[in-house]
Amino acid sequence: MQAFLDIFDIYLLETVINGILFGGVLALLALGLNLIFGVIDVTWICYAELVMIGMYGMYYLVSIYGVPYWAAAPMCILLVAGMGALLHFLVIAPLLSSPPINQLLATGGVLFFLQSFATVAFGIEFHNLGIQLPVLRAGEMNFSYARLLSFGAALIGMVAVYIFMKRTYTGTAIRAIAQDRQIMALMGVDTRKIYLITSALGGALAGLAACLLVLLYDVHPFIGLSIGPITFLVCVLGGLGNFIGGFVAAFVFAEIISLGGMFADLEWGYVLAFGFFILMMFIRPAGLLARRR
Amino acid sequence: MTIPVTPQAMSLANARRFGPVIAGAALIALPLVHRDPYHLHIMILILIWSFAYTSWSMMGRFGLVSLGHGGFMGVGAYVTALLWNHLGIWPWLGIPLALVCAGALAVVVGYPCFRFRITGHYFVLVTLALSGIVLQVITAGRDWTGGSLGYTPERTKGSTLLALQFDDKIIWYMIALGVWAAGLLLWRWVDRSMDRYALEAISEDEDAAAAAGVNVTWEKLKITVISALMTAFAGALYCQYQMFISPDTVSGIAVSLQMVFAAIVGGLYVALGPTVGAVITILLGEILRIGFGTRAVGWDNLIYGVLLVLFIIFLPKGILGSALARFRSRKT
Repeated sequence: MQAFLDIFDIYLLETVINGILFGGVLALLALGLNLIFGVIDVTWICYAELVMIGMYGMYYLVSIYGVPYWAAAPMCILLVAGMGALLHFLVIAPLLSSPPINQLLATGGVLFFLQSFATVAFGIEFHNLGIQLPVLRAGEMNFSYARLLSFGAALIGMVAVYIFMKRTYTGTAIRAIAQDRQIMALMGVDTRKIYLITSALGGALAGLAACLLVLLYDVHPFIGLSIGPITFLVCVLGGLGNFIGGFVAAFVFAEIISLGGMFADLEWGYVLAFGFFILMMFIRPAGLLARRR
Repeated sequence: MTIPVTPQAMSLANARRFGPVIAGAALIALPLVHRDPYHLHIMILILIWSFAYTSWSMMGRFGLVSLGHGGFMGVGAYVTALLWNHLGIWPWLGIPLALVCAGALAVVVGYPCFRFRITGHYFVLVTLALSGIVLQVITAGRDWTGGSLGYTPERTKGSTLLALQFDDKIIWYMIALGVWAAGLLLWRWVDRSMDRYALEAISEDEDAAAAAGVNVTWEKLKITVISALMTAFAGALYCQYQMFISPDTVSGIAVSLQMVFAAIVGGLYVALGPTVGAVITILLGEILRIGFGTRAVGWDNLIYGVLLVLFIIFLPKGILGSALARFRSRKT
């Protein structure tokens, strides 16, 4: 009996730590979406599809053209950043003055487009980089280096964004616009330029997430449907536009999925997380960290 | 001031009165004249999906944009099929039970949303979670539901009427036509009720509507439950007709987005708009499938995606809505 409990505890600890590692990537995804929402007041429903395109970019660069991973990653980040800016320029900018729901639905159209574009251009097969990273053994627990690496890179990415927002003029302007949209235009800040930069930054974060996720999962055209909803839920749970809330919510969510997946199938982990989300919407509709009105 | 009655206005009034009757008679007579099974199949699909898209627009037109309707449809289809296969409950009883489930789900999600004023983006994302849950539950319960491989209601050994399984496409055509027409009547009923004005006021300004004495939570909940019940019914009907359902065709975010797309392309604010949307989307899919065969996989959604973006930017009222608006402005 004692031996059984020991093994159980080790598994539990391993699951908890894996949950934290998964939470890092989720937090990175949520940060990008929160940035877009906080500044431009738009929800990119197609955010996960940008990640998917980035993952395909990594696959083609690394596996087909033989570019080393460390060189392919910046190229991919730039690619997705460009797509973010393009998305804003082509779809969001013409809709800035129409109801917010229309912007959301238009990015839903982009979701359809990107998904089927990937189906047509890349086929529906599952691809992976073929990079097998070693496994770290700590005691009786196993952690893949891929997870550790992605967790570390996600943290570095988030710190970099934080410094950018706090220390640079553009970052300050972005934060100011998030606080008051109308006044900043009067203060001589070019809102259109800031929106474009923010979109590119949000895209870059999606690109970084893509570089990390491609180490963990196979890429296929419909992967956006499995990571997309979870990202939105994390953002809403933390309060849309609330960076710290999104960060906390990401880890809460990752733990629920990880622990739920330990006791039953992984899908039930997701079901549990979704259920928890709906429950939390009723208890704290404005987000985990929001003050009660 | 009296309005002079011109012959033109008379004929217009007549067209309004007799138009639906003539169109209905033509639609009923159609399968008796033209019996091609493939064309009938397409017509039935168009009618069932038109009904589903109409039910989405019932609440979508009031600014209640839901991405959870894939979930309601999945509940309607799967509960009916599961009750039939596992417990042998006739669909005549199973469909009402499925509707009760979908209605309960709508209340459980809708009531707190409306009570706590979860609107706009938040409402969309909460309902998105709902369709995500239904999809994951269907996939995770693969021992009963067949998971992502899909599910087939068992062929009945007894009466086809009790099991609601007909081989004759004409019967299905008539059922689908009746349901679709009932959907339009429901739309008309809501359109003429006081609730419509209340809901329009709410979609303009919730606080002002509440101050004017509109019970915001109750009004929103009512239309949401009606819409959810209709969508679940469409799911059950689709299941009985196709005799095969899979999580991807009746539930999940993709189906929800498909409803949004068709409703917006056809026209969200007019009764026949979603029907026009269904005709366009299904015909487009079929033409691509026949024209290009397996090479067309993905192309239909590619075109839908581009069209959806273009419509929202340039024609937010949809094809039929814009056409009617132009027609009216020319008249005055």
